[in-house]
Amino acid sequence: MALKLDQSEFEITRNDEKCIHCEVCVRQCSNDSHQFDADESAVSSKSENCVGCHRCESLCPTGALKISKKEPEFKENYNWSAAHLKNIYKQSDSGGVILTGMGSDKPHTVYWDHLLFNAAQVTNPSIDPLREPMEIKTFIGRKPDKIEMEKKNGDFVLKTKIAPQLELSTPILFSAMSYGSISLNACKSLAVAASSFGTFYNTGEGGLHRDLYQYAGNTIVQVASGRFGVDREYLAKAAAVEIKIGQGAKPGIGGHLPGEKVTDDISSTRMIPEGTDAISPAPHHDIYSIEDLAQLIFALKEATDYAKPVGVKVSAVHNIAPIASGIVRAGADYIAIDGFRGGTGAAPQVIRDNVGIPIELALTAVDQRLREEGIRHRASIIVAGSVRSSSDVIKAIALGADAVYIATAALVSLGCHLCQKCYTGRCNWGIATQDPYLTKRLNPEIGLKRLTGLLRAWSLEIKEMLGGAGINAIESLRGNREHLRGVNLSDRELKILGIKHAGESW
Amino acid sequence: MKRIHINEQYCIGCRLCEIYCQVKHSKSKKIIKAFKEEASDMMSRVLVEEIGSNSFAIQCRHCIDAPCADACISGAMTRNDNTGVVNCDEEKCVGCWSCIMVCPYGVIKRDVKARRAASKCDLCIDEEVPVCVANCPNEALKFCEDKNE
Repeated sequence: MALKLDQSEFEITRNDEKCIHCEVCVRQCSNDSHQFDADESAVSSKSENCVGCHRCESLCPTGALKISKKEPEFKENYNWSAAHLKNIYKQSDSGGVILTGMGSDKPHTVYWDHLLFNAAQVTNPSIDPLREPMEIKTFIGRKPDKIEMEKKNGDFVLKTKIAPQLELSTPILFSAMSYGSISLNACKSLAVAASSFGTFYNTGEGGLHRDLYQYAGNTIVQVASGRFGVDREYLAKAAAVEIKIGQGAKPGIGGHLPGEKVTDDISSTRMIPEGTDAISPAPHHDIYSIEDLAQLIFALKEATDYAKPVGVKVSAVHNIAPIASGIVRAGADYIAIDGFRGGTGAAPQVIRDNVGIPIELALTAVDQRLREEGIRHRASIIVAGSVRSSSDVIKAIALGADAVYIATAALVSLGCHLCQKCYTGRCNWGIATQDPYLTKRLNPEIGLKRLTGLLRAWSLEIKEMLGGAGINAIESLRGNREHLRGVNLSDRELKILGIKHAGESW
Repeated sequence: MKRIHINEQYCIGCRLCEIYCQVKHSKSKKIIKAFKEEASDMMSRVLVEEIGSNSFAIQCRHCIDAPCADACISGAMTRNDNTGVVNCDEEKCVGCWSCIMVCPYGVIKRDVKARRAASKCDLCIDEEVPVCVANCPNEALKFCEDKNE
């Protein structure tokens, strides 16, 4: 219909004094926001097509383009915000669920920003990480109840059998993103970077492409409700296996990779016919209880000769603490909790913005509960769901996490500008697309440099902060909430987080 | 010698190599000024070939046994034995286009805009890295020693 109530979100401004009509913007935009008019020998723009990915702005050789937010001139109304109006216009037009990509952009409280880290002064010395050793190596996996030693030939040796562990050079892993939701070049960048830096990447539920078998030692493979690509070799080419129950951006919701994205390569990797929709059911149809989960955990342990950690990933939901307790008792070696600000390639907007709880509160609730029950050591905790900086990492560890998963931050490092249009498959940065014209824009060699640059930078910052607090090993910070203080938080929030307010001392 | 290596897998067809090549060989060397005032005289010496999603940028390969130099009737096209660069002396070039006929890569073009001479890559000999390589946003062009030499 000609009546279009939904308005464009961005305004493209072209500075005619700078524009040389070179057509780079025309070639780079997959949304047809720029056109070359041969009669006029000039380039012009269509703002209504712009998604705000800033690809053209980044590649324009003369800086002639500016993408700015276009504020619709709706009459000001606190209750009926522009977002509400636009959604209603969109839905009246399409009659469908509003899809979106990436994590929630709504102004929910980001607890990381209300936490402040401590530093050493007078009564204990701070440490300079550039001059003194600083240990941030982390092990993910079940820790023994106690350590027993025995004397053999005059030497003390470990008698206790240690469960399989993942050794991380820094407490940061790349979170699950499937081949299908992201391009193979993006998967390759993550795999190569994880392997060169000594950490892990996660295949998501999209199977494992043969080109990535060589990074088996740094691969966590996921077993999700769709069981895509799961076979003996898949489990063999991994360092750990993760059962995916839920995702922070869409708790309780399954996944759907449309048939047009299921190309030849993806169909063989996922082990489904080419062109068919890849549907991950909302639940695992064989898991309706903790006992069922235990069965799958031990089936996977059996299949991998008890040589690999088996973890469980869940979204942060209201009763996360007892759920986590059940998961640990079911035999998981680690539990990954994905907070509700976590990212996604596609999720119904209403779910993403309204379902789940913030990761900071879920983390402390779980850590506290597992400690009270005396089973905290039986599983490592990895948290995910919007870890944006090294300070978020260090705060997560002080709140009780063993390590963090990053995905959005990793994609941003590869060029993502959070335009939230991953589900369209037209990602101009070559990340969330399978179009060969677009996927080649992500050169894994550059991806490797950028991702390892990010990991290195964050690791250095973590060491700086640890040193400033007078701590020389990340193990000494884990769950040490005395190193955190809250600002602008209610008594109830502070109680759940288990921290004092800024200004409170011993 | 150092050569430009093509990594066509990662050529995104943006043609920034062509744009910077034109600027480098313009009078002003300033991108906006060159395109606004000298556009009618400018030609890129690197060419992006494109079919569907496949593309690559190609420029003179600076052949050791350069057929263009052999074919040149006026002695304009020569290979410098020290640098290995095949160059066309535009003062000497008479525009017979024999070089174009023999070039196996099709990377010599007729420049009839500013002058009547063969136009080809000079490997930006005064630059540390040729401008097409330096400005490729996806490292689809690399400037490195040829392992086969």
